[in-house]
Amino acid sequence: MNLEILTPEKKLYSGEVYGVQMPGISGSFEVLEKHAPLVSALKAGNLKILKDKQNNTAQFEVQGGFVEVLRNKVTVLVEGAKQLGE
Amino acid sequence: MPGQLKEVRNRIGSVQSTQQITKAMKMVSAAKLRRAQDAIIQMRPYAKKLQELLSNIVSSSEGGSEMTLAAERTVEKVLLIVVTSDRGLCGAFNANLIKLAKATIAEKYADQNKKGNVTIWSIGKKGYEHFVKHKYNTEATYKDIFQNLTFENVQVCAQAAIHSFRSKQVDAVEIIYSEFKNAGTQRFVVERFLPIPKVAGKKGGNRADFIFEPAKEQLVAELMPRILNTQLYKVILDSNASEHGARMTAMDKATENANEMLRALKISYNRARQAAITTELTEIVSGAAALQG
Repeated sequence: MNLEILTPEKKLYSGEVYGVQMPGISGSFEVLEKHAPLVSALKAGNLKILKDKQNNTAQFEVQGGFVEVLRNKVTVLVEGAKQLGE
Repeated sequence: MPGQLKEVRNRIGSVQSTQQITKAMKMVSAAKLRRAQDAIIQMRPYAKKLQELLSNIVSSSEGGSEMTLAAERTVEKVLLIVVTSDRGLCGAFNANLIKLAKATIAEKYADQNKKGNVTIWSIGKKGYEHFVKHKYNTEATYKDIFQNLTFENVQVCAQAAIHSFRSKQVDAVEIIYSEFKNAGTQRFVVERFLPIPKVAGKKGGNRADFIFEPAKEQLVAELMPRILNTQLYKVILDSNASEHGARMTAMDKATENANEMLRALKISYNRARQAAITTELTEIVSGAAALQG
């Protein structure tokens, strides 16, 4: 599925991923391939991108924001984010 | 005569060096303008998606949900956010903004102003200096945003405005800024910030059966402040770009004027030179003639 992370300052990430873990407002959750359409609010925390089925990940520390899942495309809108060290 | 010649030469020199400065400033502004425009373009996808999200939510819920941020009440206290620039030398840019702010106060909020209920938050040093000098009710907390222009700083200001509206310290918030059209034109506008103008849920936004987490009302409540943050951020970026655009035009005009002046000066320089040569020649010729005679 396709993942996009947008902040007001720039497009932070864009590409094909296997899954993504996000800090939802009422608890962390994970979105995988073919997830049903979803709109959710995020709180500040860590966002983890699972790039493939192997343990290939990237982590971001994000401010609050929103996520929209629609037709296998995940759009994360956060007000600020920075990548954490590998 | 040689004295006049030298004077003109000096003036030509000084006009030339001024022209060099204006030329350099124009170039610098052009570069900064490009960067400012890039920032606007970078922000666009985020803002667009946020709007989309809102219309998705609103269109898939029946009645418009009532929110405190959209509640109209009788306007007794007003907050104006006036966005000017930190630096001068950009033509009538700041003057126009200040004029517009004053006109707005005089026309729309004359009553409130009489009671001293109009507060101005100046963003940008130029406007701040002016309003302080003319004894307006100003607050300077956010005047230095342009020195370090990040979303985070802007968002702090937006949140503060939202907070004052929520806690009923003010009943309306308006922003006065300059919208960026292109490098040559700016549009000076007054824009309502709070209460939020009615959200028109665009039709056809409801493309899928979304799962909402948490409930819609809560989502909207979360979404609203963020949209406002983005709105203010856009305002700031716009006026930043406008400032550089205005400066670029002003400096271009200045360079042109310097060229004009140089042309006129060159003509009078050549005339003076010609005159000096002619007198010298006449002196020599008449001197020689006197010796012969």
